[in-house]
Amino acid sequence: MRWYTADLHIHTCLSPCGDLLMSPKKIVAEAAARKLEIIAITDHNSAMNVSAVTNAASEIGIVVLPGMEVCTREEVHVLTIFDNIPAAMELQKTVYLHLRGKNDPQAFGDQVIANEYDEVEGFEPRLLIGATDITIENLVSTVNQLHGLAIASHIDRESFSVIGQLGFIPDTVQFDALEISANTSDEDASARFRSYSQYPFIRNSDAHFLNDIGKQKSRFFIEEATVQEIADALRNENRRMIQTVN
Amino acid sequence: MTIRDIVNELEFTPCCAEEKLNQKVTGGYSGDLLSDVIANSKAGDVWITMQVHVNIVAVAVLKELSAIILVNGRKPSEDTLKKATDEKIPILVSKLSSFETGGKLYELGIGKGT
Repeated sequence: MRWYTADLHIHTCLSPCGDLLMSPKKIVAEAAARKLEIIAITDHNSAMNVSAVTNAASEIGIVVLPGMEVCTREEVHVLTIFDNIPAAMELQKTVYLHLRGKNDPQAFGDQVIANEYDEVEGFEPRLLIGATDITIENLVSTVNQLHGLAIASHIDRESFSVIGQLGFIPDTVQFDALEISANTSDEDASARFRSYSQYPFIRNSDAHFLNDIGKQKSRFFIEEATVQEIADALRNENRRMIQTVN
Repeated sequence: MTIRDIVNELEFTPCCAEEKLNQKVTGGYSGDLLSDVIANSKAGDVWITMQVHVNIVAVAVLKELSAIILVNGRKPSEDTLKKATDEKIPILVSKLSSFETGGKLYELGIGKGT
């Protein structure tokens, strides 16, 4: 076992708010420059660019975990992370069934589907910035059934965080971790969220621009870069552990 | 003014805790960010929201709100309804938007320093 450096919350040019330079090859190159070993690709309500980034990373030796940042009915952002692309695509199928509206690129930005050579394959027409009508409980249980991780995004932010939207974390959901953003120090986070001390905290960049990648990250003491190992580390089990880097 | 007066005047549909409809309303608050409602609503307020998650009941209990009004015809989820019944928090459903619901309540005199 050893320490792996990870950033498990990265958007691509598919997210309407993601910079167009967030293309598969550029993301992987930036992650390598930042010495990240595990990254998760988590666009808003879609996993369409996950395989392109995975392929772009294959020769560089960075592990890409497929995922999605899903917006629930309560407008809570939940980070979902899987071991394999079919699981992420399965969740995407459910998300697409529960997502309404068409994107207006002028208002929200382009939603570029790219290939591993950084070429434009197409544009996603759905309104990815919108909210699904999946309840937070149903989302987390669907993710659990697909053996994925469900992490509450940026809980220290007012907008789109579980605490901002719902006042507190309902006891009807069990997250694998709570994400703290760059806005809040470790000390402030442990004081402000002391009622959630049973939860592990994780730091990720939530990068929408290349130079944000790896600015916030976590280190995992694990055997290999799999969801199961990361889950053990988050629970501090089997000698696996997590350490946030601020 | 009581919750029952609001129900009679505006034809909102009560879903639960009808034994508490005689509760007095002393003000109003509107918001879908529950963290904001916790921070800024006052005891006795009637609360207008889109959120139907069970957490709304806990917020109403915590802040001693007089009732919750769900807008755009949104129905409370099953667990929300059950909890509101147990906690005796009246939930009303308004077919109007947040804006219109708030406007109607204001016209009734709620929030005008009453």
